[in-house]
Amino acid sequence: MVLVAIIVYILIKVLPEIGWTFLSQSPSDMGRGGGILPTIVGTLLVTLLAVVIATPFGIGTAFYLAEYTRGGILTRIIRFSADSLAAIPSIVYGLFGFIFFVTQLGLGLSILSGGLTLAFMILPTLIRTAEEAILTVPQSYREVSFSLGATKWQTIIKVVFPSAMRGIVNGLILSVGRCIAETAAVVLTAGSALHMPKSVFSSVRTMAVHFYTLASEGISMPKAYGTAALLIILIFLINVVTNILVNRMAAKGR
Amino acid sequence: MNKPIKIVINNFDYYYNKKQALYKLNLEIQANEILSVFGPANSGITTLLRSLNRLAELNPEGRAEGEILLDGKSIYDEDVNVTELRRRVGMVFDVPTPLPMTIFDNIVYGPRLSGVKNKKDLTAIVEESLWQAALWDDVKDRLGMPAMSLSGGQQQRLCIARVLALKPEVILLDRPCSGLDPISTAKIEESLIQLKEKFTIVIAPHNVQQAGRISDRVAFMLMGKLIEEGPNEEVFANPKDQRTSDYITGRFG
Ligand SMILES: Nc1ncnc2c1ncn2[C@@H]1O[C@H](COP(=O)(O)OP(=O)(O)OP(=O)(O)O)[C@@H](O)[C@H]1O
Ligand SMILES: [Mg+2]
Repeated sequence: MVLVAIIVYILIKVLPEIGWTFLSQSPSDMGRGGGILPTIVGTLLVTLLAVVIATPFGIGTAFYLAEYTRGGILTRIIRFSADSLAAIPSIVYGLFGFIFFVTQLGLGLSILSGGLTLAFMILPTLIRTAEEAILTVPQSYREVSFSLGATKWQTIIKVVFPSAMRGIVNGLILSVGRCIAETAAVVLTAGSALHMPKSVFSSVRTMAVHFYTLASEGISMPKAYGTAALLIILIFLINVVTNILVNRMAAKGR
Repeated sequence: MNKPIKIVINNFDYYYNKKQALYKLNLEIQANEILSVFGPANSGITTLLRSLNRLAELNPEGRAEGEILLDGKSIYDEDVNVTELRRRVGMVFDVPTPLPMTIFDNIVYGPRLSGVKNKKDLTAIVEESLWQAALWDDVKDRLGMPAMSLSGGQQQRLCIARVLALKPEVILLDRPCSGLDPISTAKIEESLIQLKEKFTIVIAPHNVQQAGRISDRVAFMLMGKLIEEGPNEEVFANPKDQRTSDYITGRFG
């Protein structure tokens, strides 16, 4: 209820603010005027990069843990690391990204550094949620598949993965949300440039960072609210669209 | 009257970790007959059935010793292709286990794995298997529906159809009628009697009466040991072992 109230409050406050100009123009005067297009693009690019990098590793590791190892020492190390890493505050990832990607690897404050850093940040969650989803697939499905002459790999591809899909996607949505809403780790690695990015080596300011800057430095409250509202709408849209897609796919089976 | 021998089990032991579940089993299974393996709970019947298609080895704690021959060739030999073995020796489980996909996709799961892609061939397989499992009339108009939407009895017949689609040589059924109503049970029993013309059937019946109704031969197991086996009428009319007769007459178990 409180959540709904907050969202409604923000939306009412800002609806007049969000217009075509807001969506399609670059900010002027530090964000006091103009729109927020570059921050939308920045958010999407950084998030996309993080998800594209982390997803294969996350799902791959989860399948390895759930299907191919039987509580060996390596499994326990991976699981323990994933659990510990999931509990670390994002600023620590930001520092790590700053030192490693931005400075050591010389990638500078850029979409690439930001995406890589966020990929590391969401990896533990992705692994754990995917692993849980895989472990909830009934053992009987696997046995049936084997009894019909499937190999382990075929069983994973044709039965386990589709059945675990919903849970895996939930973890993915969670991770996307975290990327979109992240500030600390992004400022430190992708920077806060306000212009339109030209390549993955450009620095960008994401919407969350933009909102944070506008609000905390008191630059423009209306624009800050506008950005926040758009952020919420974006997360909401991603949720809805993914859910529809997954339901479509799942409808074929259950 | 003697038919060719399909499966020979020689001195077969099975262990779950340290616990022995099967003791020096010796049994011959003839082609084109229904063999019922029955006995009280924990006799090792499921373990035996799962050893015949090497499904037991999915359990990392399990260990098999001894020999099982299918058409004279040991199924535990190094050069045996396990996936092919499982297609030759199909299995139906005690609870109906449709996969979370459509009726059609369930049945062609096996054939697709072995490379059948042509839609027409697949459709033919589906129709034939469903006929054999006496399910065609029930589902012919809804092959694209989720298999989970069928009733329990229909689901189990679907599982039988799914095994038949493999064109197996042997069919193992582990209490296929447990939890099903009498009408579904009767339908499945009828199909099995028809099917033995083409297949070798090994079944764990869900009670002694079912063994009596459908089997050509029966084998009685107790605590991992084969107590006696023989033609259905003989074993039920004059069991050689006191324990068999006690079990049949309901004095224990
Ligand atoms: N996965 C397992 N791990 C350890 N022991 C097992 C396992 N499965 C079965 N057993 C044991 O092996 C013995 C034989 O079990 P099995 O399931 O083969 O018997 P069953 O005759 O099929 O019994 P039921 O009538 O309950 O179906 C039992 O004592 C059982 O406790
Ligand atoms: Mg059993």
